[in-house]
Amino acid sequence: MKETKIFEKPKSMVDVTTHYCPGCTHGVAHRLVAEVIDELGIQETTVAVAPVGCAVFLYNYIDVDAYEAAHGRAPAVASACKRLCPDMTVFSYQGDGDLASIGMAEIVHAANRGEHITVVFINNAIYGMTGGQMAPTTLVGQKATTCPLGRDPKLAGYPIRMCEMLSTLQAPAYIARVSVAKPKYTLKAKEALKKAFQTQIDGKGFSFVEILSTCPTNWGLRPVDATNWLEEHMMPEFPLGEFKTPE
Amino acid sequence: MAKRFLMKGNEALAEAAIHAGCKYFFGYPITPQNEIPEYMSKKLPEIGGVYLQAESEVAAINMIFGAAGTGKRVMTSSSSPGVSLMSEGISYIAGAELPCVLMNVMRGGPGLGGILPSQSDYFQATRGGGHGDYRLLVLAPSTVQEAVDLTMLAFDLAEKYRSPVMILADGFMGQMMEAVEFKETHAEGLPDPAEWAVGYMKQRGSRALVKSLYLDPEELEAHNWKLQAKYAEMTKNEKRHENYLVDDAEILIAAYGTVARIARTAINELRAEGAKVGLFRPISLFPFPYEPLEALPKSVKQILTVEMSCGQMIEDIRLGVGKDLPVSMYGRVGGMTPSVEEIKDQVRKALGR
Amino acid sequence: MAKGRVGVNEERCKSCGLCVAACPMKVLRISDKINSKGYRPVEQFKEGCIACKMCAITCPDVVLEVFLLEDDKACNS
Repeated sequence: MKETKIFEKPKSMVDVTTHYCPGCTHGVAHRLVAEVIDELGIQETTVAVAPVGCAVFLYNYIDVDAYEAAHGRAPAVASACKRLCPDMTVFSYQGDGDLASIGMAEIVHAANRGEHITVVFINNAIYGMTGGQMAPTTLVGQKATTCPLGRDPKLAGYPIRMCEMLSTLQAPAYIARVSVAKPKYTLKAKEALKKAFQTQIDGKGFSFVEILSTCPTNWGLRPVDATNWLEEHMMPEFPLGEFKTPE
Repeated sequence: MAKRFLMKGNEALAEAAIHAGCKYFFGYPITPQNEIPEYMSKKLPEIGGVYLQAESEVAAINMIFGAAGTGKRVMTSSSSPGVSLMSEGISYIAGAELPCVLMNVMRGGPGLGGILPSQSDYFQATRGGGHGDYRLLVLAPSTVQEAVDLTMLAFDLAEKYRSPVMILADGFMGQMMEAVEFKETHAEGLPDPAEWAVGYMKQRGSRALVKSLYLDPEELEAHNWKLQAKYAEMTKNEKRHENYLVDDAEILIAAYGTVARIARTAINELRAEGAKVGLFRPISLFPFPYEPLEALPKSVKQILTVEMSCGQMIEDIRLGVGKDLPVSMYGRVGGMTPSVEEIKDQVRKALGR
Repeated sequence: MAKGRVGVNEERCKSCGLCVAACPMKVLRISDKINSKGYRPVEQFKEGCIACKMCAITCPDVVLEVFLLEDDKACNS
């Protein structure tokens, strides 16, 4: 019998147990980014900008030059780094609090300026690291520690659809929403990430991939149930697809 | 004779930065320093640099964080309320040990305050602004020429210590026009950015990590003491001050920035009347030059601090002289300026004339 | 159908069960072993793996390696 290894850890991923909760799909998103970095051969010329949130330690898991940015400011950090080092591939990786709450100005303006960066947006509809508070993308009726009776639109408005909003801007080159709830979606998520990084490498402009992700711990669901909840509740609210593609 | 240029202070500050090798500017408009971003927006593209107007001062300082992480010479400028917005970012820059130059063209506060000059950000600059145990190296020019010279020095110091350096100017300096000269300087022995900055992974064989997060308390404590050692080096090497007619003075005026210029005129006129008055002018506000205050001539019987604030530098003066000398304060705020006549009156009153 | 085998890095596994749910051939289950972090790692407990890689694609912790098994004789039909 001949044995051929057909799946292994990407080279640019560090061989260490992550701090993420069991079933947290940050791990999947990290691995997809690392796979894309490996396949494009850009490990030594990539710069990651880590957020504040569960993924603050992204720099411990992907072996590339990295910044740990202030909460929400990763797009500003990435913009400046890319403008000074245009030959590097610069990406930010941010959660829904980091990107859509405190960092809303930075992401909108980086997108609007058409900065040649790639933004990976992990949307799990809740604040993970700080213990489960409501996020800008929390669903109506979804319970969180700061909306214990469920999100009430009269008090807190509606979940923000970042892809749709950024697509109204003229400058962005590639905007897509994907999911890592189930393998069939994860395969497409990887394609979108690769397209996004390629958009930057080809000099076409700003790229943005929103990845619908689970937070089993703060959703109060087992990992497998969390993936089902994502499919049943989040995907209708946040439709998958490509919203903008480079001409 | 070296070429001199008649320039607006703000523009001279910007040109000085360019002469120091800074080609990257990220900032946001705020009165009274708008000529700095405007000048940069015109000049930097001409020399292959990058000018980017950020969406806010918060974004600007984080762009500085990103840019400084590449090891290149970068700067931003703002005025008091904008510097407040930058405070968190400055703390991050200090914590991550990144070099950069910040300019604060001070205006009246607190809050939105006014647009006329002040010196009300002394505490903010020297005592924190941002959170945590860090210090900003702060240089306070008194003339536009000195602003040019100190700006060029600031870039060298920022790189030498891998720390943010602030030029603390005021609206007068920013708006007035004076003839200035840009002297070529050449600093030696500065650290090589390839050893720590992003963008050199191939050369270095390992990646760079620009961060200020140390969750392990032992690591964070060690990091803090490392920063403190840096500030101790600054304290040893970078104190700067000027004494003017101090040797036989009976009363000393303590002032910095534009106020020191006004005080100098008052001193000259008072001397003509026979009053023995001198000027102590700190140029570095952190590290503060306490030593000259600890070693004043016996003739000095009192110190009058003159500030365009409600009394901030006076605390450092008191720290320097201790209980030995009475220190009083004359302040104008809100954009009001102490005039030569007012200062002379205050000195005469203090001398009991 | 291809034939495959799943390799498990037991120390990395957090027992989340996503791979067990993802496997179309149901060859994976949470084992009774305990790793040094206190989790029960997954195991391939029977034959039938078709080397589809769904388990490894869904695993958040890079626990799984997948091997394609082929007869040594040339068999490309």
